[in-house]
Order: sequence, then C-alpha cells, then structure tokens
Amino acid sequence: MIRSSEDIIIRTVSRVLVPFIQLFALYVIAHGHYSPGGGFQGGVILGASLVLLLITYGPKETRRHISEKSVTVFSSLGVLIYSGIGVICLLLLGNYLDYGKLSGILHVAPAEARALGILGIEIGVGFTVMAIMFSIFFDISSGGKPPEDEKE
Amino acid sequence: MIPAFDFVILIFVVICAIAAITVKDLLSAVMILGAYSFFMCLMWAEMGAVDVAFTEASVSAGIGTVLLIAAVYRTTRRSRD
Repeated sequence: MIRSSEDIIIRTVSRVLVPFIQLFALYVIAHGHYSPGGGFQGGVILGASLVLLLITYGPKETRRHISEKSVTVFSSLGVLIYSGIGVICLLLLGNYLDYGKLSGILHVAPAEARALGILGIEIGVGFTVMAIMFSIFFDISSGGKPPEDEKE
Repeated sequence: MIPAFDFVILIFVVICAIAAITVKDLLSAVMILGAYSFFMCLMWAEMGAVDVAFTEASVSAGIGTVLLIAAVYRTTRRSRD
C-alpha cells in the first residue's frame, strides 16, 4: 500500500517539516514536568514524525533511517530506563521510583534529584512510545509481511 | 469557562459523532472522527484540562486517524450495512 511518493511538493514539505516536528517532540518531553505534555505525548509526536517519513518516502528509504531491529531495541531500551531508575532507587534503600534517594549518587539536593528522576522516566517512556507507535503503523500498512517480500 | 463557547463546541461534537456513525464511506468516517477528536480537544482545553487536551490532540487526532486510514486501506472502503 505504501510506496515512495514522486511528488516534489510532498517530498520537500515532509523533508523540511520532519526535523521541526522532532524538535517540538523533544521540547514536549523535556518540559513535561513544568508544562502540559510529557513522555507519552512527546513519544507520540516523535512516532508521528516517523510515520510522516514512512508515508512520504516509502518503507525502503525509511528502513535505512530506522530499521525494524532498532525499533525493537528502542522499545526495550525505554522499559530498561524506566525500570532501571526504579531499581536504582530500591538499591539505595528507598521505595521503587523514590527519586529523592538519587541525590546520594547525583550529588544534588533531593528536590533537584526528584526533577532529574522524573525527566529520566519521561525519556524512557518517550523511547518506548515512539518505537511502538511506529511499529504498529508499519505492521498495519505492510500487512505483517516480512520486509524481504516487498519489492518497491 | 465560557458557557456560550462550550455550547457551540458541544453542538459540533454531537454533529460530528452522529455523522461519523451514519456516513457510508469509511474513509470519510475516519476523517469525521478526526474532526470529532479535534473538537473534543478544544473542549478539554476550554474546560481547563490542558494536559488531557494535549493527549487528545496528539494521540487521537494525530496517530489514531493515520492508523485507521491504514486499516481502511488494508480492508474495504465501503460499509456494508
């Protein structure tokens, strides 16, 4: 269903627009604890930018930028970041996700350690949501066929 | 909170919801559903739930519409009933 578009307007607009969408997504993730937004919304916007890349340039070109192996790696990496920060807090004799205990290894005040801990959690959530959103769209649009079967 | 604005947006939401389930062309139904979630997003923002409005705009109007369009292209465009 999805093939590379030949229209120069579509190709140029999406090439110009994708970096700005990703920059906005990073802004949403990084400011998640001050303003509306957060890891989930920023991850969805990152995934939407990858979907725009996919419907404009087709699966072959997109797979050069982000392959299916790296999608799997990203989705596991986000869960690892999330649970890793939680387990580090457990090892520092706190509760699970008790960010205040991170001040011992980050050498900052407990309030700042909480802000940094929440930022780390949101980065992890953003990684997983981006990879999963892209993977769902990729699988629906390719019909679940393995990549070798598609000859564009 | 402005009651007149609330009322207008609510009317648009109801019109979009009824149109989305009555239209025969499934691609049009997906488009109307995207408009529905955008009006819902306006309504959340107007009622002060900006975080919910952001989630509605990015998830439902952004990714959800694209996923449903992909599903329509994989199946059929005409509704049978």
